[in-house]
Amino acid sequence: MYVAVKGGEAAIANAHRLLADRRRGDRSVPALRIDQIVEQLALGIDRVMAEGSLYDRELAALAVMQSRGDLIEAIFLVRAYRTTLPRFGYTRPIDTAAMQVERRVSATYKDLPGGQLLGPTFDYTHRLLDPQLAGDPDVVEPEQRETDGQRMARVSEILAREGLIEADGELPEDHLTGDITREPLEFPQARDSRLQALSRGDEGFLLALGYSTQRGYGRSHPFVGEVRIGEVEVELDVPELPFPVTLGRIRVTECQMVNQFKGSAKAPPQFTRGYGLVFGQSERKAMAMSLCDRALRAGELGEDITAPAQDEEFVISHSDNVQATGFVEHLKLPHYVDFQAELDLVRRMRGEHEKRNQINENDQREAAE
Amino acid sequence: MTTAATEIATYNFAYLDEQTKRMIRRAILKGIAIPGYQVPFASREMPMPYGWGTGGVQVTAAIIGPDDVLKVIDQGADDTTNAVSIRAFFQKVADVAVTTETAKATIIQTRHRIPEHPLTAGQTLVYQVPIPEPLRFLEPRETETRKMHALEEYGLMHVKLYEDIARHGRIATTYAYPVKVEGRYVMDPSPTPKFDNPKMHMSPALQLFGAGREKRIYAVPPFTRVVSLDFEDHPFEIQTFDQPCALCGAEQVYLDEVILDDKGGHMFVCSDTDHCEKRQACGHRGHLAPEALEPAQ
Repeated sequence: MYVAVKGGEAAIANAHRLLADRRRGDRSVPALRIDQIVEQLALGIDRVMAEGSLYDRELAALAVMQSRGDLIEAIFLVRAYRTTLPRFGYTRPIDTAAMQVERRVSATYKDLPGGQLLGPTFDYTHRLLDPQLAGDPDVVEPEQRETDGQRMARVSEILAREGLIEADGELPEDHLTGDITREPLEFPQARDSRLQALSRGDEGFLLALGYSTQRGYGRSHPFVGEVRIGEVEVELDVPELPFPVTLGRIRVTECQMVNQFKGSAKAPPQFTRGYGLVFGQSERKAMAMSLCDRALRAGELGEDITAPAQDEEFVISHSDNVQATGFVEHLKLPHYVDFQAELDLVRRMRGEHEKRNQINENDQREAAE
Repeated sequence: MTTAATEIATYNFAYLDEQTKRMIRRAILKGIAIPGYQVPFASREMPMPYGWGTGGVQVTAAIIGPDDVLKVIDQGADDTTNAVSIRAFFQKVADVAVTTETAKATIIQTRHRIPEHPLTAGQTLVYQVPIPEPLRFLEPRETETRKMHALEEYGLMHVKLYEDIARHGRIATTYAYPVKVEGRYVMDPSPTPKFDNPKMHMSPALQLFGAGREKRIYAVPPFTRVVSLDFEDHPFEIQTFDQPCALCGAEQVYLDEVILDDKGGHMFVCSDTDHCEKRQACGHRGHLAPEALEPAQ
């Protein structure tokens, strides 16, 4: 005797109780603290802040703890929180030339004003597992020097002096900066909205698309003009005050990709640019973003659109991992009403198919006789 | 009317802030003014995943008031886990009365079904919509499909339905069956079985559709013509079942197939659990129903 399944509520409550248990794990092992996550899993936190589009290390760490280390789940938690926050206003554009730079490398010049600074990078580490880390060894203090307080000019500015690289571009006077969190998504997008979407797009997705452009699917001959990581001030114009107010400092990674361009009907031969900017330290994401940004400018520069990475609607519609994971995972929700409809159709068509075969067989038999 | 969740985070009545609700209400009003037209709106992240009803939840959150009575169904049932979860969400953030009875609800949020009990004036049916664009699987580009709607260029859809007939002898679409609203826009009724399509036509209830991930809202106002696409020689038909509900004996309702054992045993029961329970309470019995009802819990 079938009894309709009741007790969804109890099942959900018990599932969540088990989840809480599994999240905590063995109680004899000390619980993680938020400050430990902030300090020692900093790059994971950076990714959660970037793709969650909320700059708050503690909240991101809480999300990582709550999500058992599932970063996309943590990003989702942060997004669902940020969307409830009231909007006070929009800050002034950050000035990355005034960045307190911790890392800055250029692949296009051997040396340049401000110099090359390796900073805290995995580059040139040999990827050998270090068993000593498990024993919490003493770590020596880093070498540091006083900053000279000078602005560090961006490579794009250096090239611009010769007129060999396209300028920053101009938006119409009356252009209000887009806000993809407040306005419906519509295509084609202005570049500001597109960059916002890329900046919080999934790192893995953009990495794969950027990679595809290198392998010939929308090739754009890129050079890393420079990538820099460091802290910048965030300033807000307050109507009552004649000067901008500094709200604080944020760490960002900026990448300026310089791309060869032979010129087209629309633009003269010159270097073009792809731009990447993300919260925290994430060179991989900033570089992938700048490759995608450049690829997506194909239409604007009069290039043929032939590859997935150049297709704005394709890239932007699928770059958000919170959307993607939700829709992929919704397939586990019940679909039995629709499945029943399909089952019924297949059974009917199957029945007709078998009837037809039967008739054909009989016809053949009669013909043979 | 605020509910304090914790000291760190507090949430407004029905979760969304008032500006967001106003934005969504505007989209809803525009949708009502242009029946079947997909209105873009600035969909928010919700505390449940995209694809799990965030569009419907936003629409409900924007229209719900403290005096409303909410019913939430998924696959026609009030007790499927996601329906339970969404109902609990609104109990928590809006503290509204909830019900499983179709007739008593003022707002019914649904996924994949329209209740069997006829809706009445004053009720609002909120559909959760995964892919709002009926032309999406014929043309993946939003820029193109918007143009097609603007020009009322629906030839592609008719060709698709015709090809179904040429290939399979019938239109092989069983759910999310496209409809034309008030003689103008072709609309996706959400993945309800085509069995439910006729219920949309001239319904006295307001029907609102929310697609959160795709950021679209659309509407069918009360007493609007909703016609399933078909051909003169292949008229639209709904599914029929060979047997009545095994529990309440209902006919002309949509049934779910339930597998009883691993030897091919199965039974068909009402997909609409409220409808089935109501009928059983009135003494209707199917061939597999228990003789006496267990006392209600």
